[in-house]
Formats: sequence, structure tokens, C-alpha cells
Amino acid sequence: MFIFVVRRLFFAVVLLLAVSFFTYMLFAMLPADPAALTCGKNCKPDIIAANRIRLGYDKSFLEQYWLFLKGIFVGRDYGMGAAAFSCAAPSLGYSFGQHECVTTLIAQTFPVTAYLSIGAFILWMIIGIGVGAIAALHRGKWQDRAASLFTSIGVSLPTFYIGLLVLFSVVIWLRILPFPSYESPFDNPQAFLQTMILPWLVLAVLSAASYTRLTRNGMLEAMNEDFVRLGVAKGLRQRVILRRYVMRQAMIPIVTIAGLDFAGLLGGAIITESVFSLPGMGRMSIRAVVESDLPVLVGTTLVAAVFIVLANVLVDIAYGYLDPRVRVR
Amino acid sequence: MSNTSVLSVRNLSVAFATADGDVIAVDKLSFDLALGETLGIVGESGSGKSVTASSIMRLNNSSSATTTGEILLEGTNILTASEDEVRSIRGKDVAMIFQDPLSALNPYYTVGHQIAEAYEVHHHGVDKSVVRSLVLDMMTKVGIPNPEKRIDEYPHQFSGGMRQRIVIAIALINQPKVLIADEPTTALDVTVQAQILDLMKSLQLEFNMAIILITHDLGVIAEVADNVLVMYAGRIVETSSVSALFAEPVHPYAFGLLGAVTSLEASDRGQLDTIAGSPPSLISLPSGCSFHPRCEFVEFGNGKCVSVVPELRSIGTLGSSTACHLSDDVIVSLGRKAARA
Ligand SMILES: Nc1ncnc2c1ncn2[C@@H]1O[C@H](COP(=O)(O)OP(=O)(O)OP(=O)(O)O)[C@@H](O)[C@H]1O
Ligand SMILES: [Mg+2]
Repeated sequence: MFIFVVRRLFFAVVLLLAVSFFTYMLFAMLPADPAALTCGKNCKPDIIAANRIRLGYDKSFLEQYWLFLKGIFVGRDYGMGAAAFSCAAPSLGYSFGQHECVTTLIAQTFPVTAYLSIGAFILWMIIGIGVGAIAALHRGKWQDRAASLFTSIGVSLPTFYIGLLVLFSVVIWLRILPFPSYESPFDNPQAFLQTMILPWLVLAVLSAASYTRLTRNGMLEAMNEDFVRLGVAKGLRQRVILRRYVMRQAMIPIVTIAGLDFAGLLGGAIITESVFSLPGMGRMSIRAVVESDLPVLVGTTLVAAVFIVLANVLVDIAYGYLDPRVRVR
Repeated sequence: MSNTSVLSVRNLSVAFATADGDVIAVDKLSFDLALGETLGIVGESGSGKSVTASSIMRLNNSSSATTTGEILLEGTNILTASEDEVRSIRGKDVAMIFQDPLSALNPYYTVGHQIAEAYEVHHHGVDKSVVRSLVLDMMTKVGIPNPEKRIDEYPHQFSGGMRQRIVIAIALINQPKVLIADEPTTALDVTVQAQILDLMKSLQLEFNMAIILITHDLGVIAEVADNVLVMYAGRIVETSSVSALFAEPVHPYAFGLLGAVTSLEASDRGQLDTIAGSPPSLISLPSGCSFHPRCEFVEFGNGKCVSVVPELRSIGTLGSSTACHLSDDVIVSLGRKAARA
């Protein structure tokens, strides 16, 4: 098990290096001249030239990539003299659009994304698994049909559309909640909750749909297993059989997919953050795209990749933990 | 039979509602099981053997199944007992061994956990270490080598035969009065089959339990059963002692079964699938005797075979019963001939 984990982590690091290289290459190959983007439209050529040297865009691609990688581990200094500034490790570059180190920008926006993701994740697991379990236990009855309606609605409706609809009806039309304006939960918990409740619910309900289906089908499949029959034949209570026999098996694919979904969210819930004006990483990425703020894009892409790769490793480990057939050979 | 019988089944019928109509899987089945007896149930695929077995533990899917009749376990009617009562009987007074040991064990828990679970569900508050030593004893009894090590292993680490031994350990840990074994050896290698049957026989003596042994395999019946029920399309067509079945079968369907064994001895190990024709649809059974479309001797039945459902009646001198319209003399002489063939 230990060797398994070490090996997976090693491959994860290799994978991340590759991802960082290709991301960096992709952005370096864009036709835009990053130095020209560092100041506004009526920028003087000598300022552009100075910025090019200061930000290292005069160097070869490989050299730039090397400096970028080095920056992650030791930090990075830009320029000399009065105009000099530096980004401490782990430096992911410098945003000329926002005149700030990318790492600082991510540190500012990431908590918002994390609060959104964690809250939505907890809600959607409860809703998804709960509704799925009810459907499985009442197979073919009205509860099951209602759940399947919920599933098909949930998977077919786009977040964007539902988000706007909910925002419009709750905030503008019914005026139950004030217009979303994000505040840190430590400064103003009430405003935080009032802002987060809608995005949490929208994200949770829409994502829960596929978990409902997964739970229902997984439980029904497990209920047909011979070992469940043996559990009944032993005289176990239904509650115990559901927990130790049925759910135990149905949870395995759910854990796998939940891990990956959650990691995807942490990389930035772009649509939800945009619709509900949450200053998270996703919204920052969108802004970076609009403003061609390449360093920010490289940084957020890399952070998202780290979460996905890390989630893959964790899911693999969890899988081995949940299924002894994987763990012990 | 009456005062020593642990289990009496009276007029048991099981119907399943399906999209195509009602499937009568078991039709007015009655039998008694005495303490320490081994009752074999044989019949082709689909004849209702497993449904009968499941009914005894009330394991049939209750939403689509309609079960009528009586199943008396030492006087308690299992079919009308409360859910709690049934649960306290399952695994304690009546235990079951399933056909496929590869899928019968929960892959997510150690075998020790699963044997212990079967004990603890009926014995609350027993010290963990006591339970563990009981489990180790049981593993030794069912012939698992090195139980101290294997108790903490998972089912997939065991061979098929060893898993069936674990399933038997689960079934026997509470010393049940009745053990139902539904094709316990079908999925196993021939050599392992014999070991498992020997094990069941020796444990039966030790625990003095009654066994219902369901099988396709008359060889298995010959080896371990005392009495036999022959089922066809949900009904009992013959009951006899094992020696009587092999010396003087009393139903044309049983003749066929025996013929299948003897003719197959060289090749396979006596599967019952060589009787001409195929089992009938349980939704629209043939009129009269449901075996008549496949029966060679219909012309001896005075026309009753196609119109009247035969009742079970006793026949011959060996204590057998048959559900056949042929006259006693004809059946007995045909049966002796079939047994000699
Ligand atoms: N849940 C169910 N719904 C509908 N029909 C069923 C159900 N369970 C069993 N049956 C039908 O009942 C009949 C008897 O089945 P059963 O499993 O008892 O046969 P069997 O004698 O055990 O056969 P085998 O030797 O193949 O195990 C079969 O025709 C089967 O299709
Ligand atoms: Mg069967």
C-alpha cells in the first residue's frame, strides 16, 4: 500500500510537470505579444521594451519556462533598481493586468471558490445520495418516478440558465435575498451566507442529479447480489444490510466520481461564480481571458491541474481502501 | 413422521406476478422433514426447487410473490410470523447455503467478520474474544487450514471450495435445526464436491440437524440423502426413500432421470438434462398431468393424463408415493425396468 501511494505520487509530480510545460508552451505560442499587453493602448515603445526585459519575455521559451518553474520553488525577482519587485515562492508569475503576483491573486480568490465548492459539495452529496437511496428503496413507486424526473431535469438544465433564473426570481422578483455581494465569512457571516446560499443550492441541486442516478442504480444492483441474500438469510436487520452490504458497494463509484467532481470545482466554478458575482478563481480566469492576462491564466490552469491530479491520487487510494480486492492481492 | 418432524410444509404455493402473467412456481407442495434427516429435492431447472427453499426462510421477493399454505417450523408458521420472528429464525433455526460460493460472500469484509456477524446477530453482547475463538473453532471444523491467519483474510483470497466452507461455517455457527443447501456443490470441481458433501454429512451427525439438499445431480442424492422429492413444474411427482428411488422409481419422469444418470455415467456426472423435450412454461401449464407431453406412457393412462391433474398417492411396498395416472402394477414394473437399465 505504501509503495502504491509513493508510486502514484511520483507519477502525479511527473504529470504536473508535463501539464505545466504544455500550458506554458500553449500560452507562449499565442500570437499576442505579452510585453505589448503590459500597458494600455497608447503605450510607448520604450516602455514596452523595458517591460519585456523586466518580465523576462525577451528570453527564449525554454529559458522562460525554466525561470517560471524556478519561481515556483524559490520565488522570482523582476527588474532592478527603483522599479524592481519580487514575488515570493511559490511564485506563479506576475500579472501585468492587475499589477500583482499571480500567487497573491490566487490566494485572494481561492478561498471564495473553496467556500463555494465545499458548501455545494456537502449539499449535493446529501441531496444526491439521499434522493437516490429513497428512489432505490421505493423502486417503481412514486418516489422513484419523482427522483427520475429530478435526475432528468437536473442533468439537462444548464447551470447558467438556472442560475440566472433563480437569481432573478429570488433576488429581483421576490426580493427574499439582497443582491449578492460577497463578504468574507469572518467579517460578515450573515452577508456571506446570504450571498452563498443561492449558488450553493443551484450548484448542489444540479450536480446532485447524476449522483441520484448513480446511488439508485448502484443500490439496486447491489441488492441483487448473492451476498446480500446471504445477509438476509443470516437474520440481519434491513438497516444493517443496507449499510454494510448495499451502501458499502454502491459508495465505491460515487466516491470516485465525487472526488474528481470536487477537484474540478476547486479549479474554479466559472459559470456559477460569474452568474452570482463571486470573486473566486473561476471569475478571475474569465477576466484574465478577456484581458489576455496570460500569467494569471497559466497560474489558474496550473492550480486547477494540481487539484485534478491530486484528486486522482486520493481517489485511487480511497478505492484501494474501500475495495479489499484492490488493496490485498 | 409427525412428532419428530422439525419442519412441515403444507400446501405451499408460490406465484409470481410477471408481465406475461402469473408464474406458478410452486403448486400445493407438502412434505415433512424429521430431525437428522436429509431430504433431497431433485428436478430440472425451473421446477421450483429454489423457490421452495427460499420460501422456508421467507426470502422470496415479497412484492411480486404470493405465497400460500403453511410452513411450520416446530409449530411456528413461518409464512404468518412477524418480520421480527422471521428474522430471529433466519440463520439461527434455519440456515442456508447458496449455489455459488464465489458471489455469496461479502467482498468488503473479512471472512472472520462475516462468520462472527452471523453469530452476533443472534447472540448480543458476547465478548469479542469469545466470538473470535468460536469463529476459529468453526473454521477448523469446516476444514480451513491455518484459521488463525485466514480469519482476517478477504473472500477473494480463498478458492471456491474454501469459500463454500466459509459459507458452511456461517450457516452452522448457530447450530441450526434445519440446513437448506441449494446446489451447494454445483459450482465446484468434482473432487472438491465430494469433500464438501463429506463435510456436510459429518457436521450433520455432530449437530444433529436436518438437511434439505437441492440438486440436479442424482449422484449427490445417492451419496447423502435419506429421502427424495422429485419435482416437476412446481409439483411433487414422486417421493421415496433413496434406496427405493434407485431400485423402483414410481414416476415416468423419475425413470427418465435415472436413465439420464445411467446413460451418462461414462461421460458426465449425471446431469438431468437428457430427457426428451423441455420443461413446460409455468404460465400456461399443460392440462392434466403437466408431464404428459413428454411422457412415453400416456397411452396407458386411460385418457386421464391430458385432462385430470394426478394426486400424490402411495404405491408399492417401499413407502413411495407417485402422482401418476398409470396403474400401480404398470408403474412398478416399468420402474423396476428403468432401474435395471
Ligand atoms: N422473482 C421471480 N419472478 C418471476 N418468476 C420467478 C421468480 N423467481 C423464480 N421464478 C420462476 O419460478 C420458476 C422456478 O424457479 P426456481 O428458481 O425455483 O427453479 P429451480 O428448480 O431452482 O431451477 P434451477 O435448477 O435452475 O435452480 C422458474 O420458472 C422461475 O423463472
Ligand atoms: Mg435453483
